Amino acid sequence: MAKKLESTFTNMVIVLTVVSLIAAYSLASVYNVTKEPIEKAALKKKLDAIAKVAPAFDNDPNADMFKLPASEAVSGMDSIEIYPAKKGDKTVGYAVKSYTMKGFSGLIVVMVGFNSEGVINGYSVLQHAETPGLGSKMPTWFSNEAKPGRCIIGKNPKDTKIKVSKDGGDIDAITAATISSRAFLDAINRAYNTLKDGGKYE
Amino acid sequence: MNNFANFTKGFLKENPVFVLLLGMCPTLGTTTSAINGMGMGLATAFVLVMSNLAISAVKNIIPDKVRIPAFIVIIASFVTIVDLLMAGYLPALHEQLGLFIPLIVVNCIVLGRAESFASKNGVVASIIDGLGMGLGFTFALVILGSTREILGSGAIFGYKFIGDNDGMLIFILAPGAFIALGYIIAIINKLKKA
Repeated sequence: MAKKLESTFTNMVIVLTVVSLIAAYSLASVYNVTKEPIEKAALKKKLDAIAKVAPAFDNDPNADMFKLPASEAVSGMDSIEIYPAKKGDKTVGYAVKSYTMKGFSGLIVVMVGFNSEGVINGYSVLQHAETPGLGSKMPTWFSNEAKPGRCIIGKNPKDTKIKVSKDGGDIDAITAATISSRAFLDAINRAYNTLKDGGKYE
Repeated sequence: MNNFANFTKGFLKENPVFVLLLGMCPTLGTTTSAINGMGMGLATAFVLVMSNLAISAVKNIIPDKVRIPAFIVIIASFVTIVDLLMAGYLPALHEQLGLFIPLIVVNCIVLGRAESFASKNGVVASIIDGLGMGLGFTFALVILGSTREILGSGAIFGYKFIGDNDGMLIFILAPGAFIALGYIIAIINKLKKA
């Protein structure tokens, strides 16, 4: 075995500098290669979510995106992105990227779609850190049309109280995950109220 | 030690999870399902192989007193590379594993193998060691992940075989990870003695 380099001050400085430089160079190259796919993946996720929740459209909601001041905003997140869905010139609905901080583990981001009357057309949970097996059931629980007590799709927040039944609302919470359910519905309400405050609905 | 024994020791004799009890944080945190365990295991295996390769190749030009910082920089680079590649090409898995990918840096298995094996052995032996240990880690995570998934949500690799709410929820949560791990270690110890 060849002899190891001695631990003199100059040796140490040179070796650490060279190691760091090589590491920096390789990281920069990988970053450049993966930058585009990462952006594409993020964009695709957003577009898929919009397509899933909004009524059928033929425009590019991402290009027509505008922002509205969030209803009951949490500091630092005072605007909400609205993606209008249009057919021809007529606006048929909106996909709203809403959020709540009330989740069991804080932030939950939801893309929720409304038609032009304010009826919930669909939703997609973009980001959450809720307990696996409990709060993480959000994506399926509230969209189960076979169980009308818990399904929010097809309901209009104007005539349905989008709140868990424990709080006097009309929606059944996820079993053993009331906090997550409450938070999720908070995000839905924030989306609806933001549109309403923005003058989109009566 | 011949190459074969060097490779297989990671699976049972010196399995990083079940025998050495290293890297408990990602083990307990990511094994809520078999597929998550497998993703985490393979990512760690990749980092192990690459860092063992790089460290055994440069071990003679790194002065002893700064070897740990140098190793950490090398390991951290490979972890970041895995993180970026995964975010770009496997966004769904990346989202599932989230925070645990950057945390491979502080997984003691990686630095442990660098320090106790790669810095003393040749390149080929180090790659084999990294591969064996990495796959052993993957193997352990898949076993633990499957156990928790079967008991907790009644599914295996995402294929459900019982109804919606019939799983034993505790196995998906953190306490279940400890319970399942404890029993698996007990079984392995029993098998080893027999």
